[in-house]
Amino acid sequence: MGPERSFDVLIVGAGPAGMAAAWAARASGQRVGVVDDNPSWGGQIWRGETARSRSAQVRHWLERAQGSGAELLAGTRVVASPGPDRLWAERADERLTLSYRRLILATGARERFLPFPGWTLPGVLGAGGLQALVKNGLPIEGRRVVVAGSGPLLLAVAAYLRHKGAIIPLIAEQAPWNRLARFGLGLIRQPAKALQALFLRSQLWNVRYQTSCHPTAAKGPTRLEAVELRGPAGSRTVECDYLACGFGLVPNLELPRLLGCAVEAEVIVINEWQQTSVPEVYCAGEPTGIGGVELALVEGQIAGYAATEQRERARRLWGLRGRGRDFARRLESAFALHQDLLQLPTAETIVCRCEDVTWTRLQPYTSWRSAKLQTRCGMGPCQGRVCGPALEFLRGWERESAGVALGTPRPPVFPARLSSLVQEE
Amino acid sequence: MTQPAFDVVIVGAGIVGSACALECTRARLRVLVLDAGCIGGGATAAGMGQIVVMDDSEAEFALTRYSQQLWDEWAPGLPSDVEFSRCGSLWVAVDEEEMAEVTRKERYYRERDVAVEVLDGKQVASAEPNLRPGLAGGLRVPGDSVIYPPCAARFFLEQACTCGAEVRERTPVQALTGRTVRLRDDSTVSAGVVVNATGSWAAELTAGVEVRPRKGHLVITDRYPGFVRHQVVELGYLKSAHSLDADSVAFNVQPRPNGQVLIGSSRQFGTNDPAVEPAMLSRMLSRACEYIPNLTRLSALRAWTGFRAATTDKQPLIGPSPSQAGLWLATGHEGLGITTSLATARLLVDQLLQRKSAIAREPYLPDRRTEPEALATARTDRR
Amino acid sequence: MNSSQSVTINGQPASVPAGVSVSVALALAGSEAGRRSVSGQMRGPLCGMGVCFECRVTIDGLPHRLGCQTPVRDGMEIETDGP
Repeated sequence: MGPERSFDVLIVGAGPAGMAAAWAARASGQRVGVVDDNPSWGGQIWRGETARSRSAQVRHWLERAQGSGAELLAGTRVVASPGPDRLWAERADERLTLSYRRLILATGARERFLPFPGWTLPGVLGAGGLQALVKNGLPIEGRRVVVAGSGPLLLAVAAYLRHKGAIIPLIAEQAPWNRLARFGLGLIRQPAKALQALFLRSQLWNVRYQTSCHPTAAKGPTRLEAVELRGPAGSRTVECDYLACGFGLVPNLELPRLLGCAVEAEVIVINEWQQTSVPEVYCAGEPTGIGGVELALVEGQIAGYAATEQRERARRLWGLRGRGRDFARRLESAFALHQDLLQLPTAETIVCRCEDVTWTRLQPYTSWRSAKLQTRCGMGPCQGRVCGPALEFLRGWERESAGVALGTPRPPVFPARLSSLVQEE
Repeated sequence: MTQPAFDVVIVGAGIVGSACALECTRARLRVLVLDAGCIGGGATAAGMGQIVVMDDSEAEFALTRYSQQLWDEWAPGLPSDVEFSRCGSLWVAVDEEEMAEVTRKERYYRERDVAVEVLDGKQVASAEPNLRPGLAGGLRVPGDSVIYPPCAARFFLEQACTCGAEVRERTPVQALTGRTVRLRDDSTVSAGVVVNATGSWAAELTAGVEVRPRKGHLVITDRYPGFVRHQVVELGYLKSAHSLDADSVAFNVQPRPNGQVLIGSSRQFGTNDPAVEPAMLSRMLSRACEYIPNLTRLSALRAWTGFRAATTDKQPLIGPSPSQAGLWLATGHEGLGITTSLATARLLVDQLLQRKSAIAREPYLPDRRTEPEALATARTDRR
Repeated sequence: MNSSQSVTINGQPASVPAGVSVSVALALAGSEAGRRSVSGQMRGPLCGMGVCFECRVTIDGLPHRLGCQTPVRDGMEIETDGP
């Protein structure tokens, strides 16, 4: 039932950071394994990309990863750590025990969802969420899609959907224009990024990009039919087939925290070698701070080199990483969530979708833990991944109670079959 | 001499502290409840929420039986989020030796007017189709129930507050005597009497209290309505519960009304680290899967741990502290805190008011030898 | 070109392109909403990446499988919570 595999370097996550780490680590000749839930390389941002990708950067890194000699364990999700230097990972029909000397965590990020009236209607998805479905075969040609929320992801998603034939009446960005303009001026310092931004704009040249604008309600009796939005000029309703809506990114810290990696300011603490507070565990990409593809590629390489004693090669990338981090900081500041969004949920808006707990039901509680115990908010299969970041923004609740220490995070990292949590004799 | 601010200060807002608060307010005592965290956040949140009669000793039977009757009186008035469900218990026997134990239990309960039913192998399979074939039989106890305890604790405290009780969450207590509670910010609260209802932490606040934390693991699954119908437990459970030192597991599953399956149980001494231990979890789940093989395919959503308050002689401590005047104990309930919370509250307040109890109190007295001498009542004159 | 695969959705046969996810197959067959929430609302996928668990459906008799993370297979039997 439980095959065992052993690697010198095990990498969790086959997105850009994991791909870069795999390629860099393999330069040492050591045995490298990569685990990812999805069917192939690419993670979220490069989901389903192939050698025929339009992007030279994607083709380049795919070729590197595929040709590196690293073993990709696709369709495989890490669920627990049964002991030091070992992970349990679940596949469709079996549980793998994966041993390693060094571990590189490149677990990426997920979208931040904020609840508003009607957001539970079929047809309302994340921005990356709708993009993922289209990449998995959902026909979007001729369909009307409102893209909303916050962050550069909205532009990338809108451009992709447009390319696949969708009609985009509007991109609604909650950040105000003056913040974005400051950020845009900052891009002059980073010409490659400025070009990329221009490219996106050129693909979207006749699409309305409205700032200081956010959805206030999704409408439809049984399925999405229209979106109501509020902007500087007031409210308007836009008919559409899909709402692709996400409010920025949240790093996936569950596995690093389970393994005891220290966290500060809600990101994994690392040293100059991308090494966490647990000596044999490294971390690269979004979990060390949301920073996008470029930074993930650099951090992944540094981690891959450092974990295989190729320190000179790692060191040579520190400068690039520093510039990538500057960009990430300015990005975060430009797209910070506006306090108008605190008004998004109304009394009957469902906040916890797993257990259908409404905003009004959560009012009496002053901590995440008491709300959870009394309403079961956060006790569903998403393990608080959807409602947690929302409530952190809306109520200021940290995921741990201020009063009583809660200890380390708990397995399973994702819902897992009971058989995956049992040690064979 | 100034009046104390409260007649009774209860430290600990778990199921026991909450039940005591409610009983105190019904006796017209002015009550303050303090908790370092949130209501019902300790063992009350972690455990399996069962309301069961147990027969390991006369004292245990008397307390669980009395308390179950009190729960049954409350049942119709409990709000829906307490999820009171009279699913009954099913003790399962794997062989003839365990069936002999079933026979013994049946006689014991029948003599004491507790409804029970002996099932043979076929009947047990029919009662719980997901049990593995080949079991020898079992004992069904239809009067047993399960609840969701954190909401019950909150409900009892809400009722107490309508009668004037005050509750302060996130208010850790630094030290307590029989008349004074000192908070972490160094302010003090004066009390007629103080009740230590802090469960596995009881000995931290009251030196010499013989309560040790006993760690337990639990797992809950996604929703599988009808997968189990009763609270199902192996007869070896008592061996595990009452072993004095070894780490042990015992099969115990419970259906939540929403279809989730709650899986236990495990016991460990000698640790107060709340981290989930994969090896212990694995042992517990293996044991459960021996009885219900189909469990292996269910999706486990969460695992967690809690700490029971275990005493040396397996009975709780309900009554005055032998060492400090005015200090009372309501702790040491091990795995029966939910069940016996209501009876604990009654026995405690009976003693505070020096009135008779429905059952004998001696087995649970902190000083287990004699009845306490008459103590000044906590109530102060209010004119 | 894309070969197609035959699946059944709530007992009805459906033909979908090879390589699509179960959630996409449901959308192609008429509605992406496969799960009834605890208060009775029909839900479709939200995150598209296996995190939100809104896309849960029963596949080949096993409940709580993630539709957005599962590619269709020939002969697959998909059951939803119905409209």
